[in-house]
Amino acid sequence: MKSKSLKVNLVTGRSLVQGRLKEQGKLSEDYLNNVACCELNQDDLNALGIAKGQNVKISTDSGSVVVKASIGTQALEKGMAFMPYGPWAEFLVDPKTHSTGMPTYKGINATISPAMKEKVLTIEEIIEIIRSK
Amino acid sequence: MSSKIFQDIICTVCGCCCDNLEIEIKDGNISRAKNACAMSLGKLMNFNKERNEFPMVRNGDKLSKASLSEAIDKAANILADSKYPILYGWSLTSCEAIELGVELADCIGGVMDNTTGTCHGPGIIGIQDVGESTCTLGEVKHRADLIIYWGANPVHAHPNHMMRYSALSKGRFRATRKDRNVITVDVRMTDTAKISDSFIQIEPNKDYELLSAITATVKDLELEQDKVAGVPLEEIENLADIMVNCEFGIIFFGLGITMSLGKSRNIDMALSLVRELNKRTKFLIMPMRGHFNVTGANQVTAWQTGYPFAVDLSKGFPLYNPGDTSAVDILMRDECDAALVVASDPISNFPNQAARNLAKIPLITIDPHVTLTTLCSEVVIPSAHVGIETEGSIYRMDGVVLEARKFIEPPNGIVSDVEILQNLLNRVKKISK
Repeated sequence: MKSKSLKVNLVTGRSLVQGRLKEQGKLSEDYLNNVACCELNQDDLNALGIAKGQNVKISTDSGSVVVKASIGTQALEKGMAFMPYGPWAEFLVDPKTHSTGMPTYKGINATISPAMKEKVLTIEEIIEIIRSK
Repeated sequence: MSSKIFQDIICTVCGCCCDNLEIEIKDGNISRAKNACAMSLGKLMNFNKERNEFPMVRNGDKLSKASLSEAIDKAANILADSKYPILYGWSLTSCEAIELGVELADCIGGVMDNTTGTCHGPGIIGIQDVGESTCTLGEVKHRADLIIYWGANPVHAHPNHMMRYSALSKGRFRATRKDRNVITVDVRMTDTAKISDSFIQIEPNKDYELLSAITATVKDLELEQDKVAGVPLEEIENLADIMVNCEFGIIFFGLGITMSLGKSRNIDMALSLVRELNKRTKFLIMPMRGHFNVTGANQVTAWQTGYPFAVDLSKGFPLYNPGDTSAVDILMRDECDAALVVASDPISNFPNQAARNLAKIPLITIDPHVTLTTLCSEVVIPSAHVGIETEGSIYRMDGVVLEARKFIEPPNGIVSDVEILQNLLNRVKKISK
Protein backbone atom coordinates (compact mmCIF):
# COMPACT_ATOMS: atom_id res chain seq x y z
CA MET A 1 0.00 0.00 0.00
CA LYS A 2 1.29 3.43 -0.86
CA SER A 3 2.04 5.38 2.32
CA LYS A 4 0.00 8.50 3.00
CA SER A 5 1.63 11.86 2.64
CA LEU A 6 0.45 15.44 2.80
CA LYS A 7 1.69 18.67 1.26
CA VAL A 8 1.88 21.49 3.81
CA ASN A 9 3.18 25.01 4.19
CA LEU A 10 5.80 24.95 6.95
CA VAL A 11 6.43 27.91 9.27
CA THR A 12 9.26 27.78 11.82
CA GLY A 13 9.20 30.18 14.76
CA ARG A 14 9.54 30.95 18.44
CA SER A 15 7.32 29.16 20.94
CA LEU A 16 7.26 30.21 24.58
CA VAL A 17 8.41 26.75 25.70
CA GLN A 18 11.26 26.74 23.16
CA GLY A 19 12.20 30.28 24.23
CA ARG A 20 12.34 29.18 27.87
CA LEU A 21 14.16 25.92 27.21
CA LYS A 22 16.84 27.49 24.98
CA GLU A 23 17.76 29.54 28.07
CA GLN A 24 17.63 26.48 30.35
CA GLY A 25 19.86 24.20 28.31
CA LYS A 26 19.77 22.59 24.90
CA LEU A 27 21.11 19.21 25.99
CA SER A 28 18.11 18.40 28.18
CA GLU A 29 15.41 15.85 27.40
CA ASP A 30 12.86 18.64 27.86
CA TYR A 31 14.40 20.56 24.95
CA LEU A 32 14.32 17.49 22.71
CA ASN A 33 10.70 16.72 23.62
CA ASN A 34 9.49 20.27 23.04
CA VAL A 35 11.59 21.37 20.08
CA ALA A 36 11.85 18.19 17.97
CA CYS A 37 8.17 18.43 17.13
CA CYS A 38 5.81 19.65 14.49
CA GLU A 39 2.39 21.14 15.15
CA LEU A 40 -0.36 20.16 12.73
CA ASN A 41 -4.09 20.64 12.34
CA GLN A 42 -6.20 17.77 13.76
CA ASP A 43 -7.78 17.12 10.32
CA ASP A 44 -4.32 16.75 8.78
CA LEU A 45 -3.29 14.33 11.54
CA ASN A 46 -6.42 12.30 10.78
CA ALA A 47 -5.64 12.35 7.06
CA LEU A 48 -2.18 10.98 7.82
CA GLY A 49 -3.79 8.32 10.01
CA ILE A 50 -1.69 9.15 13.06
CA ALA A 51 -2.25 10.45 16.57
CA LYS A 52 -0.40 13.28 18.27
CA GLY A 53 2.86 12.08 19.79
CA GLN A 54 3.60 9.76 16.88
CA ASN A 55 6.54 10.42 14.61
CA VAL A 56 6.32 12.06 11.20
CA LYS A 57 8.89 12.64 8.51
CA ILE A 58 8.97 16.12 7.03
CA SER A 59 10.75 16.76 3.76
CA THR A 60 11.53 19.95 1.86
CA ASP A 61 13.83 20.72 -1.08
CA SER A 62 16.60 21.32 1.49
CA GLY A 63 16.36 18.05 3.45
CA SER A 64 14.24 15.89 5.71
CA VAL A 65 13.89 15.15 9.41
CA VAL A 66 11.83 12.95 11.73
CA VAL A 67 10.01 14.66 14.61
CA LYS A 68 7.01 14.09 16.84
CA ALA A 69 3.62 15.31 15.60
CA SER A 70 1.73 17.53 18.01
CA ILE A 71 -1.34 19.74 18.31
CA GLY A 72 -0.38 23.21 19.47
CA THR A 73 -2.25 25.54 21.77
CA GLN A 74 -2.46 28.07 18.91
CA ALA A 75 -4.80 27.19 16.05
CA LEU A 76 -3.34 26.11 12.72
CA GLU A 77 -5.21 26.07 9.43
CA LYS A 78 -5.46 22.84 7.47
CA GLY A 79 -2.42 22.50 5.26
CA MET A 80 -0.08 24.37 7.62
CA ALA A 81 2.65 23.04 9.88
CA PHE A 82 4.64 24.80 12.62
CA MET A 83 8.03 23.83 14.02
CA PRO A 84 9.89 25.64 16.81
CA TYR A 85 13.31 27.12 15.89
CA GLY A 86 16.12 24.67 16.59
CA PRO A 87 18.47 22.14 15.01
CA TRP A 88 15.65 19.83 13.82
CA ALA A 89 13.84 22.57 11.87
CA GLU A 90 17.19 23.59 10.35
CA PHE A 91 17.24 20.43 8.22
CA LEU A 92 14.25 21.86 6.35
CA VAL A 93 15.04 25.59 6.11
CA ASP A 94 15.87 26.94 2.65
CA PRO A 95 19.40 28.42 2.89
CA LYS A 96 18.88 30.74 -0.09
CA THR A 97 18.85 34.33 1.16
CA HIS A 98 17.71 36.19 -1.99
CA SER A 99 20.40 38.85 -1.51
CA THR A 100 19.37 39.69 2.05
CA GLY A 101 21.50 37.37 4.21
CA MET A 102 18.27 35.82 5.57
CA PRO A 103 17.45 32.17 4.81
CA THR A 104 13.76 31.35 4.27
CA TYR A 105 12.51 30.18 7.67
CA LYS A 106 8.81 30.61 6.96
CA GLY A 107 6.33 29.62 4.28
CA ILE A 108 8.35 26.60 3.07
CA ASN A 109 6.69 23.94 0.88
CA ALA A 110 7.00 20.62 2.70
CA THR A 111 5.69 17.06 2.55
CA ILE A 112 4.72 15.17 5.69
CA SER A 113 4.33 11.42 5.99
CA PRO A 114 3.89 9.05 8.95
CA ALA A 115 7.20 7.65 10.26
CA MET A 116 6.11 5.56 13.23
CA LYS A 117 9.09 3.24 12.89
CA GLU A 118 11.72 5.94 12.46
CA LYS A 119 13.46 7.65 15.36
CA VAL A 120 13.88 11.31 16.24
CA LEU A 121 17.57 12.29 16.11
CA THR A 122 19.11 13.16 19.49
CA ILE A 123 21.31 16.27 19.88
CA GLU A 124 24.38 13.98 19.92
CA GLU A 125 23.31 12.37 16.63
CA ILE A 126 22.74 15.79 15.07
CA ILE A 127 26.24 16.89 16.12
CA GLU A 128 27.65 13.71 14.57
CA ILE A 129 25.88 14.50 11.27
CA ILE A 130 27.03 18.12 11.31
CA ARG A 131 30.64 17.16 12.10
CA SER A 132 30.82 14.35 9.54
CA LYS A 133 33.04 15.43 6.66
CA MET B 1 21.20 32.36 55.74
CA SER B 2 22.42 35.52 53.98
CA SER B 3 20.08 37.15 51.49
CA LYS B 4 20.20 40.33 49.45
CA ILE B 5 17.63 41.98 47.20
CA PHE B 6 18.57 43.87 44.01
CA GLN B 7 16.01 46.31 42.58
CA ASP B 8 15.52 47.50 38.98
CA ILE B 9 17.69 44.82 37.43
CA ILE B 10 17.64 44.77 33.61
CA CYS B 11 16.55 41.49 32.05
CA THR B 12 18.97 40.17 29.45
CA VAL B 13 16.80 37.84 27.38
CA CYS B 14 14.73 39.52 24.64
CA GLY B 15 14.80 42.98 23.04
CA CYS B 16 12.31 44.35 25.59
CA CYS B 17 15.19 44.62 28.12
CA CYS B 18 12.66 45.00 30.98
CA ASP B 19 14.32 47.12 33.67
CA ASN B 20 12.05 46.30 36.60
CA LEU B 21 13.26 42.91 37.83
CA GLU B 22 13.64 42.39 41.55
CA ILE B 23 16.18 39.69 42.24
CA GLU B 24 16.72 37.99 45.58
CA ILE B 25 20.07 36.29 46.13
CA LYS B 26 20.32 33.66 48.86
CA ASP B 27 23.65 31.94 49.53
CA GLY B 28 25.06 32.99 46.20
CA ASN B 29 22.07 31.78 44.15
CA ILE B 30 19.02 33.52 42.73
CA SER B 31 16.10 32.47 44.92
CA ARG B 32 13.41 34.75 43.51
CA ALA B 33 12.97 36.95 40.42
CA LYS B 34 9.95 39.24 40.66
CA ASN B 35 8.44 40.68 37.43
CA ALA B 36 10.36 38.18 35.27
CA CYS B 37 8.46 36.53 32.38
CA ALA B 38 8.65 32.79 31.62
CA MET B 39 11.67 33.22 29.30
CA SER B 40 13.46 35.43 31.80
CA LEU B 41 12.77 32.96 34.64
CA GLY B 42 14.06 30.17 32.38
CA LYS B 43 17.37 32.03 32.15
CA LEU B 44 17.65 33.41 35.69
CA MET B 45 16.81 30.17 37.46
CA ASN B 46 19.02 28.05 35.20
CA PHE B 47 21.91 30.28 34.14
CA ASN B 48 24.31 27.99 35.97
CA LYS B 49 23.17 24.80 34.22
CA GLU B 50 25.07 23.37 31.24
CA ARG B 51 27.91 25.88 31.75
CA ASN B 52 31.30 25.67 30.12
CA GLU B 53 33.35 25.37 33.30
CA PHE B 54 36.83 25.87 31.89
CA PRO B 55 38.55 26.72 28.58
CA MET B 56 38.93 23.76 26.21
CA VAL B 57 40.88 22.96 23.06
CA ARG B 58 40.18 20.09 20.69
CA ASN B 59 42.38 17.07 20.78
CA GLY B 60 41.22 14.74 18.01
CA ASP B 61 37.59 13.92 18.70
CA LYS B 62 37.56 15.34 22.20
CA LEU B 63 37.64 18.75 23.79
CA SER B 64 40.20 18.79 26.62
CA LYS B 65 40.70 21.20 29.47
CA ALA B 66 43.20 23.99 28.88
CA SER B 67 44.31 27.14 30.66
CA LEU B 68 42.82 30.47 29.57
CA SER B 69 46.15 31.58 28.09
CA GLU B 70 46.56 28.30 26.14
CA ALA B 71 43.05 28.66 24.73
CA ILE B 72 43.58 32.32 23.80
CA ASP B 73 46.94 31.44 22.25
CA LYS B 74 45.42 28.74 20.07
CA ALA B 75 42.49 30.98 19.10
CA ALA B 76 44.84 33.85 18.23
CA ASN B 77 46.97 31.60 16.04
CA ILE B 78 43.92 30.25 14.17
CA LEU B 79 42.64 33.78 13.52
CA ALA B 80 46.03 35.24 12.59
CA ASP B 81 46.65 32.36 10.13
CA SER B 82 43.25 32.57 8.46
CA LYS B 83 42.69 34.38 5.17
CA TYR B 84 38.94 35.00 5.39
CA PRO B 85 37.54 34.48 8.90
CA ILE B 86 33.98 35.24 10.03
CA LEU B 87 33.34 36.86 13.43
CA TYR B 88 29.72 36.06 14.19
CA GLY B 89 27.14 36.34 16.98
CA TRP B 90 27.30 39.39 19.30
CA SER B 91 23.61 39.81 20.14
CA LEU B 92 23.90 38.32 23.65
CA THR B 93 26.86 40.35 24.83
CA SER B 94 27.65 43.97 25.68
CA CYS B 95 28.40 46.87 23.33
CA GLU B 96 31.90 47.05 24.83
CA ALA B 97 32.57 43.46 23.69
CA ILE B 98 31.14 44.17 20.21
CA GLU B 99 33.43 47.19 19.88
CA LEU B 100 36.44 44.92 20.51
CA GLY B 101 35.01 42.44 18.00
CA VAL B 102 34.99 45.11 15.27
CA GLU B 103 38.61 46.02 16.08
CA LEU B 104 39.60 42.34 15.93
CA ALA B 105 37.80 41.86 12.58
CA ASP B 106 39.58 44.91 11.20
CA CYS B 107 42.93 43.66 12.51
CA ILE B 108 42.65 40.19 10.92
CA GLY B 109 40.73 41.23 7.81
CA GLY B 110 37.59 39.29 8.65
CA VAL B 111 33.84 39.59 8.21
CA MET B 112 31.98 41.13 11.16
CA ASP B 113 28.44 39.78 11.14
CA ASN B 114 25.79 39.48 13.84
CA THR B 115 22.61 37.48 14.31
CA THR B 116 20.63 40.22 12.52
CA GLY B 117 21.23 38.17 9.39
CA THR B 118 18.79 35.57 10.67
CA CYS B 119 16.29 37.91 12.33
CA HIS B 120 15.70 41.53 11.30
CA GLY B 121 18.37 41.91 8.59
CA PRO B 122 15.74 42.38 5.87
CA GLY B 123 14.11 45.02 8.12
CA ILE B 124 17.36 46.96 8.24
CA ILE B 125 17.80 46.72 4.47
CA GLY B 126 14.23 48.01 4.11
CA ILE B 127 14.96 50.92 6.46
CA GLN B 128 18.06 51.79 4.42
CA ASP B 129 15.89 51.79 1.27
CA VAL B 130 12.92 53.76 2.52
CA GLY B 131 13.66 55.36 5.92
CA GLU B 132 11.89 54.77 9.18
CA SER B 133 9.37 56.73 11.19
CA THR B 134 9.90 55.57 14.74
CA CYS B 135 9.82 56.44 18.44
CA THR B 136 10.66 55.01 21.85
CA LEU B 137 8.54 52.41 23.62
CA GLY B 138 7.69 55.04 26.25
CA GLU B 139 5.85 57.09 23.61
CA VAL B 140 3.88 53.99 22.57
CA LYS B 141 2.95 53.33 26.18
CA HIS B 142 1.70 56.86 26.81
CA ARG B 143 0.16 57.78 23.44
CA ALA B 144 -0.62 54.89 21.09
CA ASP B 145 -4.32 54.27 20.45
CA LEU B 146 -3.73 51.81 17.59
CA ILE B 147 -1.27 48.95 17.96
CA ILE B 148 -0.75 46.50 15.11
CA TYR B 149 1.32 43.35 15.58
CA TRP B 150 2.25 42.16 12.09
CA GLY B 151 3.89 38.72 11.87
CA ALA B 152 4.82 39.05 15.53
CA ASN B 153 3.69 36.95 18.47
CA PRO B 154 4.80 38.81 21.60
CA VAL B 155 2.83 36.52 23.94
CA HIS B 156 5.42 33.88 23.06
CA ALA B 157 8.51 35.80 21.96
CA HIS B 158 8.35 39.02 24.05
CA PRO B 159 6.08 38.00 26.94
CA ASN B 160 6.13 41.37 28.80
CA HIS B 161 5.90 43.62 25.72
CA MET B 162 2.12 44.11 25.87
CA MET B 163 2.09 44.61 29.62
CA ARG B 164 4.95 47.11 29.79
CA TYR B 165 4.86 49.02 26.53
CA SER B 166 1.70 48.48 24.50
CA ALA B 167 -1.81 47.01 24.74
CA LEU B 168 -1.99 46.37 28.49
CA SER B 169 0.28 49.14 29.75
CA LYS B 170 -1.06 52.05 31.77
CA GLY B 171 -0.02 55.17 29.90
CA ARG B 172 -0.44 58.84 30.73
CA PHE B 173 -2.90 59.53 27.92
CA ARG B 174 -4.08 55.92 27.35
CA ALA B 175 -4.80 54.56 30.79
CA THR B 176 -6.82 51.43 30.07
CA ARG B 177 -7.03 48.62 27.55
CA LYS B 178 -10.25 50.22 26.20
CA ASP B 179 -8.25 53.25 25.08
CA ARG B 180 -6.33 51.15 22.56
CA ASN B 181 -7.30 49.19 19.49
CA VAL B 182 -5.06 46.14 19.05
CA ILE B 183 -4.93 44.32 15.71
CA THR B 184 -2.88 41.23 14.85
CA VAL B 185 -1.99 40.23 11.30
CA ASP B 186 -0.67 36.68 11.10
CA VAL B 187 -0.88 33.43 9.17
CA ARG B 188 -2.64 31.79 12.10
CA MET B 189 -4.68 32.60 15.19
CA THR B 190 -1.77 33.05 17.60
CA ASP B 191 -2.09 33.63 21.34
CA THR B 192 -1.40 37.32 20.60
CA ALA B 193 -4.27 37.35 18.07
CA LYS B 194 -6.57 35.81 20.71
CA ILE B 195 -6.16 38.80 23.03
CA SER B 196 -6.32 41.39 20.24
CA ASP B 197 -9.46 43.31 19.29
CA SER B 198 -9.30 41.95 15.78
CA PHE B 199 -7.35 39.40 13.80
CA ILE B 200 -6.55 39.48 10.11
CA GLN B 201 -5.52 36.14 8.69
CA ILE B 202 -3.09 36.42 5.81
CA GLU B 203 -1.91 33.67 3.47
CA PRO B 204 1.77 32.66 3.99
CA ASN B 205 4.30 34.69 1.93
CA LYS B 206 1.68 37.29 0.94
CA ASP B 207 2.68 40.21 3.22
CA TYR B 208 3.86 42.35 0.30
CA GLU B 209 0.54 41.99 -1.50
CA LEU B 210 -1.57 42.86 1.54
CA LEU B 211 0.62 45.82 2.51
CA SER B 212 0.44 47.15 -1.09
CA ALA B 213 -3.35 46.79 -1.06
CA ILE B 214 -3.65 48.71 2.23
CA THR B 215 -1.29 51.41 0.94
CA ALA B 216 -3.38 51.78 -2.22
CA THR B 217 -6.57 52.00 -0.15
CA VAL B 218 -5.02 54.64 2.12
CA LYS B 219 -4.24 56.60 -1.08
CA ASP B 220 -7.98 56.33 -1.94
CA LEU B 221 -7.30 54.10 -4.95
CA GLU B 222 -9.87 51.43 -5.77
CA LEU B 223 -8.86 47.79 -5.84
CA GLU B 224 -10.18 45.50 -8.53
CA GLN B 225 -9.81 42.23 -6.63
CA ASP B 226 -12.32 40.79 -4.15
CA LYS B 227 -9.57 39.42 -1.97
CA VAL B 228 -5.85 40.13 -1.52
CA ALA B 229 -3.62 37.60 0.29
CA GLY B 230 -6.80 35.80 1.38
CA VAL B 231 -8.20 38.95 3.05
CA PRO B 232 -11.58 40.25 1.74
CA LEU B 233 -11.60 43.76 0.27
CA GLU B 234 -14.06 44.94 2.93
CA GLU B 235 -11.62 43.99 5.69
CA ILE B 236 -8.77 45.80 3.90
CA GLU B 237 -10.86 48.98 3.56
CA ASN B 238 -11.90 48.75 7.18
CA LEU B 239 -8.27 48.37 8.30
CA ALA B 240 -7.18 51.34 6.16
CA ASP B 241 -9.97 53.43 7.75
CA ILE B 242 -8.89 52.44 11.25
CA MET B 243 -5.29 53.37 10.43
CA VAL B 244 -6.14 56.73 8.90
CA ASN B 245 -8.48 57.65 11.75
CA CYS B 246 -6.23 56.79 14.69
CA GLU B 247 -4.38 59.50 16.60
CA PHE B 248 -1.12 57.65 17.19
CA GLY B 249 -0.65 54.30 15.49
CA ILE B 250 2.24 51.87 15.43
CA ILE B 251 3.09 48.68 13.56
CA PHE B 252 5.30 46.29 15.51
CA PHE B 253 6.64 43.84 12.95
CA GLY B 254 8.12 40.44 13.66
CA LEU B 255 9.96 37.69 11.87
CA GLY B 256 6.69 36.60 10.24
CA ILE B 257 7.33 39.33 7.70
CA THR B 258 11.17 39.39 7.51
CA MET B 259 11.60 35.61 7.17
CA SER B 260 8.86 35.10 4.57
CA LEU B 261 9.40 35.39 0.85
CA GLY B 262 9.80 38.98 -0.24
CA LYS B 263 11.97 39.59 2.86
CA SER B 264 13.38 43.16 2.68
CA ARG B 265 10.78 44.10 0.04
CA ASN B 266 8.01 43.30 2.56
CA ILE B 267 9.56 45.81 4.94
CA ASP B 268 9.99 48.36 2.10
CA MET B 269 6.24 48.16 1.61
CA ALA B 270 5.42 48.35 5.34
CA LEU B 271 7.63 51.44 5.69
CA SER B 272 6.05 52.98 2.60
CA LEU B 273 2.59 52.38 4.09
CA VAL B 274 3.68 54.15 7.29
CA ARG B 275 5.10 57.04 5.25
CA GLU B 276 1.79 57.33 3.41
CA LEU B 277 -0.16 57.21 6.70
CA ASN B 278 1.92 60.08 8.08
CA LYS B 279 0.34 62.36 5.47
CA ARG B 280 -2.96 61.75 7.25
CA THR B 281 -2.11 61.05 10.92
CA LYS B 282 0.77 60.12 13.23
CA PHE B 283 2.04 56.64 12.46
CA LEU B 284 5.18 54.73 13.45
CA ILE B 285 6.84 51.37 12.95
CA MET B 286 9.26 49.27 15.00
CA PRO B 287 10.87 45.83 14.64
CA MET B 288 10.33 43.38 17.52
CA ARG B 289 14.01 42.64 18.09
CA GLY B 290 14.69 39.18 19.51
CA HIS B 291 17.91 39.13 21.54
CA PHE B 292 18.64 41.64 24.28
CA ASN B 293 21.49 43.40 22.49
CA VAL B 294 20.98 42.61 18.81
CA THR B 295 20.08 46.30 18.37
CA GLY B 296 23.39 47.14 20.08
CA ALA B 297 25.27 44.85 17.68
CA ASN B 298 23.83 46.90 14.78
CA GLN B 299 24.47 50.23 16.46
CA VAL B 300 28.08 49.53 17.44
CA THR B 301 28.99 47.92 14.11
CA ALA B 302 27.35 50.86 12.29
CA TRP B 303 29.15 53.60 14.23
CA GLN B 304 32.44 51.77 13.92
CA THR B 305 32.30 50.73 10.25
CA GLY B 306 29.35 52.59 8.73
CA TYR B 307 27.25 49.44 8.31
CA PRO B 308 25.04 47.54 10.78
CA PHE B 309 25.82 43.88 9.91
CA ALA B 310 27.52 41.67 7.29
CA VAL B 311 30.58 43.97 7.12
CA ASP B 312 33.50 42.53 5.16
CA LEU B 313 36.79 44.09 6.32
CA SER B 314 39.05 41.75 4.33
CA LYS B 315 39.93 44.38 1.73
CA GLY B 316 41.13 46.90 4.31
CA PHE B 317 37.93 48.96 4.10
CA PRO B 318 34.34 48.13 5.10
CA LEU B 319 32.26 46.45 2.40
CA TYR B 320 28.55 45.80 3.00
CA ASN B 321 26.56 43.62 0.65
CA PRO B 322 24.03 41.34 2.39
CA GLY B 323 23.53 38.20 0.33
CA ASP B 324 27.25 38.26 -0.43
CA THR B 325 29.06 39.37 2.75
CA SER B 326 26.52 37.80 5.16
CA ALA B 327 27.51 34.76 7.25
CA VAL B 328 25.01 32.22 5.84
CA ASP B 329 25.89 33.13 2.24
CA ILE B 330 29.66 32.96 2.87
CA LEU B 331 29.21 29.58 4.56
CA MET B 332 26.99 28.25 1.77
CA ARG B 333 29.71 29.23 -0.72
CA ASP B 334 32.19 27.52 1.61
CA GLU B 335 34.58 30.48 1.40
CA CYS B 336 35.69 31.18 4.96
CA ASP B 337 38.58 29.33 6.56
CA ALA B 338 38.01 30.08 10.29
CA ALA B 339 35.30 31.48 12.54
CA LEU B 340 34.98 33.18 15.89
CA VAL B 341 31.52 32.86 17.44
CA VAL B 342 30.68 35.04 20.42
CA ALA B 343 27.50 34.57 22.49
CA SER B 344 25.53 32.77 19.81
CA ASP B 345 24.69 29.25 18.64
CA PRO B 346 24.75 29.26 14.82
CA ILE B 347 25.19 25.47 14.60
CA SER B 348 21.64 25.21 16.08
CA ASN B 349 20.18 28.13 14.19
CA PHE B 350 21.71 28.12 10.71
CA PRO B 351 20.32 26.01 7.87
CA ASN B 352 21.86 22.54 8.21
CA GLN B 353 24.24 22.83 5.24
CA ALA B 354 25.57 26.18 6.48
CA ALA B 355 26.07 24.61 9.94
CA ARG B 356 27.99 21.69 8.39
CA ASN B 357 30.28 24.07 6.54
CA LEU B 358 30.85 26.02 9.74
CA ALA B 359 31.77 22.82 11.63
CA LYS B 360 34.35 21.96 8.92
CA ILE B 361 36.58 24.97 9.58
CA PRO B 362 38.54 25.82 12.76
CA LEU B 363 35.86 27.26 15.02
CA ILE B 364 36.45 29.29 18.20
CA THR B 365 33.48 29.89 20.50
CA ILE B 366 33.16 32.23 23.46
CA ASP B 367 29.96 31.40 25.37
CA PRO B 368 28.80 30.85 28.96
CA HIS B 369 26.86 27.70 27.97
CA VAL B 370 27.50 24.35 26.36
CA THR B 371 25.78 24.64 22.98
CA LEU B 372 25.84 22.71 19.71
CA THR B 373 28.35 25.31 18.51
CA THR B 374 30.74 24.82 21.46
CA LEU B 375 30.51 21.04 20.97
CA CYS B 376 31.67 21.45 17.34
CA SER B 377 34.45 23.92 18.21
CA GLU B 378 38.22 23.73 18.09
CA VAL B 379 38.58 26.18 20.99
CA VAL B 380 35.95 26.95 23.66
CA ILE B 381 36.37 29.86 26.07
CA PRO B 382 33.71 30.17 28.80
CA SER B 383 32.48 33.66 29.62
CA ALA B 384 30.42 35.41 32.29
CA HIS B 385 26.75 36.22 31.65
CA VAL B 386 26.26 39.90 30.75
CA GLY B 387 23.64 41.43 33.04
CA ILE B 388 24.06 38.73 35.70
CA GLU B 389 27.76 38.16 36.35
CA THR B 390 29.20 41.17 34.55
CA GLU B 391 28.01 44.65 33.56
CA GLY B 392 27.80 46.23 30.12
CA SER B 393 25.82 48.61 27.89
CA ILE B 394 22.97 47.21 25.83
CA TYR B 395 20.40 48.71 23.42
CA ARG B 396 16.68 48.04 23.89
CA MET B 397 14.67 47.32 20.70
CA ASP B 398 13.75 51.01 20.37
CA GLY B 399 17.39 52.11 20.52
CA VAL B 400 17.41 53.22 24.16
CA VAL B 401 20.74 52.41 25.83
CA LEU B 402 20.66 50.71 29.21
CA GLU B 403 23.43 49.72 31.59
CA ALA B 404 23.01 46.02 32.43
CA ARG B 405 24.26 45.37 35.96
CA LYS B 406 26.15 42.62 37.70
CA PHE B 407 24.54 41.12 40.81
CA ILE B 408 26.30 37.82 41.27
CA GLU B 409 29.94 36.72 41.03
CA PRO B 410 30.89 34.52 38.05
CA PRO B 411 32.29 31.03 38.80
CA ASN B 412 36.00 30.89 39.64
CA GLY B 413 38.23 31.58 36.66
CA ILE B 414 35.36 32.72 34.39
CA VAL B 415 35.87 36.22 32.99
CA SER B 416 33.82 38.59 30.82
CA ASP B 417 33.66 38.62 27.00
CA VAL B 418 35.39 42.02 27.15
CA GLU B 419 38.40 40.63 29.04
CA ILE B 420 38.64 37.56 26.76
CA LEU B 421 38.38 39.63 23.57
CA GLN B 422 40.90 42.21 24.79
CA ASN B 423 43.40 39.42 25.53
CA LEU B 424 42.67 37.76 22.19
CA LEU B 425 43.11 41.06 20.34
CA ASN B 426 46.43 41.79 22.12
CA ARG B 427 47.68 38.29 21.28
CA VAL B 428 46.65 38.55 17.61
CA LYS B 429 48.37 41.95 17.32
CA LYS B 430 51.57 40.46 18.77
CA ILE B 431 51.52 37.54 16.29
CA SER B 432 50.76 39.81 13.32
CA LYS B 433 53.69 42.16 14.07
